[in-house]
Amino acid sequence: MPDPLLVFDALLGLAIVALAVAVLAVRDRFAMIVLFIVFGLMSALAWVRLAAPDVALAEAAIGTGLTGALLLTTLHHVREAPPEQVAEPVAVPMGVPMGVIAVNLGLCAVILAGLSLAFLSTPLQAPGLVAPVVQNMAASGVEHPVTAVLLNFRAYDTLMEVVVLLAAIIAVWMVERGTAQAPAPVLGEIYRGFARLALPAIVVIGAYLLWVGAYAPGGAFQGGAVLAAVGLLLLLSRLYRPRPGHRPVARLGFVLGTATFAAVALLVAGGGRMPFEYPAEHAKTLILLIEGVVTLSIAVTLAALFHGREPEAITVSEKRV
Amino acid sequence: MNTGLIFGMTGLAVFAIGLFGALVLVEPLRRVLALKLCSVGAGFLLVVAAWREPPAMADPVPHALVITGIVVMISATAVALVLIRRLHTLESNSDD
Repeated sequence: MPDPLLVFDALLGLAIVALAVAVLAVRDRFAMIVLFIVFGLMSALAWVRLAAPDVALAEAAIGTGLTGALLLTTLHHVREAPPEQVAEPVAVPMGVPMGVIAVNLGLCAVILAGLSLAFLSTPLQAPGLVAPVVQNMAASGVEHPVTAVLLNFRAYDTLMEVVVLLAAIIAVWMVERGTAQAPAPVLGEIYRGFARLALPAIVVIGAYLLWVGAYAPGGAFQGGAVLAAVGLLLLLSRLYRPRPGHRPVARLGFVLGTATFAAVALLVAGGGRMPFEYPAEHAKTLILLIEGVVTLSIAVTLAALFHGREPEAITVSEKRV
Repeated sequence: MNTGLIFGMTGLAVFAIGLFGALVLVEPLRRVLALKLCSVGAGFLLVVAAWREPPAMADPVPHALVITGIVVMISATAVALVLIRRLHTLESNSDD
């Protein structure tokens, strides 16, 4: 009798692979996105089984939830075509000769075989970096190892990650300036009563995730993603409408996280300390400050990525209303 | 056979499916999703590399790397999607 949990793992693994195939093979593009969301949630479940709850939370909130919302708005945008064009099936790879597909299939099979060989010959359960992290936990200012790595031991990576997010929103605003005044980012009516009930709860959950990150799974990115959901709900339920006057506030929101993070990192330097080397007695306060500001920045940036275009004088949607 | 091995193979399969999709698919939206599958597959391998048999603690460094990767991936996806929207606008304008 095999271990029931291993049977569960095997079934989950098969389901994930089948969903990955289905995402790329299904004809309808709406179904494709829905299947992708299911795929992402199943992957998050697999990562919970692999004892990585932080990663699972981030994947569920950012990699699946917000990415799914972005995909759905884009689909809504590109579907605004004349009906005869919509009816045209596009799922089958047209224009790609069978020979090219066969060669690519062969290449992918070779790559898969090579990677499998490398994976199977790599010793799993190697010591890794667990010991150094555990030894230095006391000096990190937080009790949760993943948060310690993100905000202290490898804080430079995290700063760069926030910079990437900033670069993305700048690129999106620049490119959207040339996009037509196409449909407003509305996926459907959201019952405002639901929004009024759900919004305070989501805000509390987001703040809790941020706070709990110091000693349990959670943290700035997961909290920021949940707070970004507040922004999405506000935009979709039309409780909040971006106006041109809000642009400076939004810009401040995008930059605040990066600026605070970099300023703290540089200001702690000096007196024999390197940048990012927080003084041990203030480490907890500084990390909490950085996390709080970065969470706000992430939430504003992700919501703006969803909204896409920067607020302009008057949008088509407002004219219609 | 253990949890790490099962999900390691899952990650490899998902990566290969995504790679194949990114190479042969024509529709831009589907291609972006194929690349996203690649990134999830790579995340699987890092998480598996961090995994230890339950009583032992998982390695937090790869976990932090995957979280960073997820955030970078949504940034890249958002830029790819806005380019798709722009391309669509240009194409539908030239049809008129």
